[in-house]
Amino acid sequence: MKWFDYAAPGSLTEAFELLARHPGARPLAGGTDLLVQMRAGERQADLLVDVKRIPELNELGCDASGTLRLGAAVPCCVISESELVRRRWPALAEVAAMIGGVPIQSRASLGGNLCNAAPSADGPPVLMVLRAICRVAGPSGERRLPVEEFCIGPGKTVLAPGELLVGFEIPPPEPASGACYLRFTPRAEMDIAVAGAAAAVRVEGEAIGWARLALSAVAPTPLLVREAGEYLAGKPATEDAIRAAAEIARDAARPISDVRGTAEHRRRLVSVLAERALRVAVARAREAQA
Amino acid sequence: MRRAMVRVQTTVNGQPAEFLCEPRQSLLECLRDILGLTGTKEGCNDGNCGACAVIMDGRLVNSCLVLGVEAEGRTILTIEGLARGSELHPIQRAFLEQGAVQCGFCTPGLILATKALLDRIADPSEAEIRRWLANHLCRCTGYDKVVRAVRQAAAELKEACR
Ligand SMILES: Cc1cc2nc3c(=O)[nH]c(=O)nc-3n(C[C@H](O)[C@H](O)[C@H](O)COP(=O)(O)OP(=O)(O)OC[C@H]3O[C@@H](n4cnc5c(N)ncnc54)[C@H](O)[C@@H]3O)c2cc1C
Ligand code: FES
Ligand code: FES
Repeated sequence: MKWFDYAAPGSLTEAFELLARHPGARPLAGGTDLLVQMRAGERQADLLVDVKRIPELNELGCDASGTLRLGAAVPCCVISESELVRRRWPALAEVAAMIGGVPIQSRASLGGNLCNAAPSADGPPVLMVLRAICRVAGPSGERRLPVEEFCIGPGKTVLAPGELLVGFEIPPPEPASGACYLRFTPRAEMDIAVAGAAAAVRVEGEAIGWARLALSAVAPTPLLVREAGEYLAGKPATEDAIRAAAEIARDAARPISDVRGTAEHRRRLVSVLAERALRVAVARAREAQA
Repeated sequence: MRRAMVRVQTTVNGQPAEFLCEPRQSLLECLRDILGLTGTKEGCNDGNCGACAVIMDGRLVNSCLVLGVEAEGRTILTIEGLARGSELHPIQRAFLEQGAVQCGFCTPGLILATKALLDRIADPSEAEIRRWLANHLCRCTGYDKVVRAVRQAAAELKEACR
């Protein structure tokens, strides 16, 4: 790796100062993407600003309204072990236990997962169906935006130079709702998704109240397929409706062919994974309703 | 840019340790090249093989993906910290007895992964064992003997707790 300096600020103010003073600076969270990329010469920085000692980025807890406040740098192992997250947002705990393997999860954060903006990242689709809001801050203040607006291309986000992703706010789960993320990988562990689908559903009696569906690895960015959710809203929660929504997701996917799979294979995977994820989400919603 | 070496104060295997490193040096390099703790191995240097795994503040990490400077104020356990003098740790003994060591290159990482696992889950199922070891590549043993060794170690450590 080329030479870089290192700083571990203890506050947001200090971090913004460092980022403003050094145009060649980059935030470092768990380093499981960044250090690999820097060693491979794919990314450069002359200063790494370690964000793991900033209190706001390490937050994990509920506010008075029951909204989850999750700091951008909280490592996956803490998320998947959190009783609160496991009980209220099990799909989030599950995806945190899916990224990499145990030693990766000791370091990797969902903030880093999103900021790295890989189309194949597993975290973003789950955050999207859970309606997570990103808290972005910079020297001039804070702005908030839905996760689905954060990534704008492979490796590209809406972050302006000098800004940090502070964390996520995830609204409390509604009654009779459930969520699930499924991905296809040739190996069960330690592999990157060829395609993935996250679903969240609320049931109202025999019908679907609302649904959200999001995909990984089949477009230049993680993709929220609004049309699939809109199609399902108000429909009876039947196999036919689920299959039709999965076809909508397949048509929304814009996959490429690469070493992991062909575009055709990925399209096929989307319909299978979306269908299965919706089915699990409906089953979980019914369980919550019972 | 300052381009200054950084002094890092940390605890390694129960002893205070202090070293001077470049910010770009990984914890793996610092352990091996500066502190002379060569039990920790470098395989892939990109997080995929687990040969470099150590335990930092109770968590298993790949030391190739941790900067040496990030060890400031932390507590690190490497393979050198397991045996008591000439007495092997029960996990090390179980690996030997089950033939879970052949060339031995993956072994320090696997043993530390086993330690991290058993510290958290005293009586893991086979699925849990395989999940916890999934970040570790072994070209020699085919993993089954490793799983048996973890089982033996779990049983012995549980017995020792009685
Ligand atoms: C062996 C291995 C297996 C992996 N398996 C998976 C997998 O199964 N699924 C998956 O999705 N990913 C996987 N990854 C990729 C990686 O682990 C994840 O993307 C991880 O979540 C990245 O988080 P991090 O905290 O390590 O980020 P870092 O590497 O620290 O940062 C990633 C990027 O985000 C920027 N950044 C970080 N935090 C902030 C912030 N708060 N504000 C602004 N910018 C920020 C950094 O500058 C950098 O560009 C794997 C990686 C490895 C090495
Ligand atoms: S050398 Fe660190 S994981 Fe392979
Ligand atoms: S014993 Fe040789 S790599 Fe595992």
